Amino acid sequence: VRVQAPFGRRRVAVTGARDAGAYRVLEAADPDGPQPWPGQFYMLAAAERWGAGADERPYLPRAFSYLQADAGTLSFMFEDVGPGTARLGELRAGDELWLLGPLGIGFTAPDGGRRALLAGGGIGIPPLSAWARELAAQGIAAEALLGFRDAAHAAGAGLLTDAPVQVATDDGSVGRRGLVTDLLAAALDEDPAATVYACGPPRMLEAVRALCAARDVPAQLALEAGMACGFGACYGCVVPVREGGYLRLCVDGPVLDAARIDAVPAHA
Amino acid sequence: MTTVDFCGLRLAHPVVNGSGTYDAIAARRVFGDALLASFPFSAFVSKTITLQPRAGNPPPRLWETPAGMINSIGLPNRGLAGYLEYDLPELAALPVPLITNVMGSTEAEVAALVEAVDARPEIAAIELNVSCPNVRTGLDIGADPASLGALVRAVRPLTGKPLIVKLTPNTADVAAVAQAAEAEGADAISLINTLRAMALAPGSGEPWLGGGTGGLSGPAIRAVALAQVAAVARRVRIAIVGMGGITRGNHARDLLLAGASLVAVGTENFRDPIAASRICCELKSLQNAETPSTSVNEPRPQVEVDVNSADSP
Repeated sequence: VRVQAPFGRRRVAVTGARDAGAYRVLEAADPDGPQPWPGQFYMLAAAERWGAGADERPYLPRAFSYLQADAGTLSFMFEDVGPGTARLGELRAGDELWLLGPLGIGFTAPDGGRRALLAGGGIGIPPLSAWARELAAQGIAAEALLGFRDAAHAAGAGLLTDAPVQVATDDGSVGRRGLVTDLLAAALDEDPAATVYACGPPRMLEAVRALCAARDVPAQLALEAGMACGFGACYGCVVPVREGGYLRLCVDGPVLDAARIDAVPAHA
Repeated sequence: MTTVDFCGLRLAHPVVNGSGTYDAIAARRVFGDALLASFPFSAFVSKTITLQPRAGNPPPRLWETPAGMINSIGLPNRGLAGYLEYDLPELAALPVPLITNVMGSTEAEVAALVEAVDARPEIAAIELNVSCPNVRTGLDIGADPASLGALVRAVRPLTGKPLIVKLTPNTADVAAVAQAAEAEGADAISLINTLRAMALAPGSGEPWLGGGTGGLSGPAIRAVALAQVAAVARRVRIAIVGMGGITRGNHARDLLLAGASLVAVGTENFRDPIAASRICCELKSLQNAETPSTSVNEPRPQVEVDVNSADSP
């Protein structure tokens, strides 16, 4: 599902900024934008002082799936991992953002009667949170299985509010000790007819893909790759696909049917 | 702003796109018909088309630098036949003239591309990408005046359409290469292409980009572009399309003052798909405000040498 974007980036006001454990949540008013579809993303840049950070960066905007979109307010979630997210993390209510989107293609609802299992964790929460809300609105049964490094990161689970959530942490500080694939394997044992929706760091996503492939479970993966533009211009965000060649995650993804790829690339 | 004559093409304004920095077909899927209603360029330059399809380089393909980026895309395209069958009908529906960029690794390949493109009335002009190694010497054709001259001599008779030669900055004397193109009948020169550049993966020290090296673009190369456009303009009389790091109207104006007839926006398109429209408006305002003064007493504008106040994003 693709909702088209207004042509050109727009300058919008930050309306809120808060911490959620190790993550930062940013809200922005987007009164002129359309209602996006879960799994779609936006390109964000601070309107002021985008540049002249660490290594004289950032320069390019950064891609983020939205967390929620309510009545013209968009929210995003990220972790400070570089000069772009560091600068975005400085923004406060009243500051301004450049925003382009919604971009890309989002999730597709499961075939009739199937339950949705939302598997992921870490920085992969946002598209799953938005999808949980849409599934609830459609009356489709869903459960979220989320993995995190530790308790500070597991606070991100609180940002997914529209489905029951099971949590696993690497250190056992919250929920079960283990990986999200442990939770997913158990859930698929109970309901082998579920459809899986996944987003997370590449290694987690690859483990989810491999598990679903081994059990012949349909899965849709929200992938990530470094991208300069978000609208098909730069050809930077490619992943190799089974049918041959590459496809651009920004216009042909970021949500892909897992059957289209042999593996989640380490850089995706 | 009055219309611009470029090699016999009448263009609405002097701002076009750099080849490979805008996919109008993908953009139409993303933005819908608003793209056509507010098309930012006065002519559209296609990405590079090769005779055979190319998948492009393995990822990673991008690296952000201070005020710019390195790309190692590797010219993915459907190949000539796919371009003519699938892309051309959609590009012909754009509201501006279409310039098709082609590249071949031999004279025979380039000749086949030029002949095929020449046969299509939807295409207004041809741009040759000569940032390609010569199969005999291993040097980029566009780095060597003799190789480049021989290529232009071979393909010039094959088309009556305007023939633009896109030069690489990775050469000792770009103006000498431009002179060779002019001498063999090129109608225009476009420059600069990206500067060869490299990045190492954090931690491993291995090259980050799948292609090993890539091309640097963005504001980081703006001053290089200005110098090269000025150097070429001093040595040739044919039209010049100037590009490199334009993000604002004054950068476009500088390239025009240095001798370009058109300017191309490249990497800035990535930050905002409609940036070229803003740049064109800013350029128009500057040109209206800066009609030449005849007064010798007019105060010179102050210049702050190391802090360029006009340079904010």
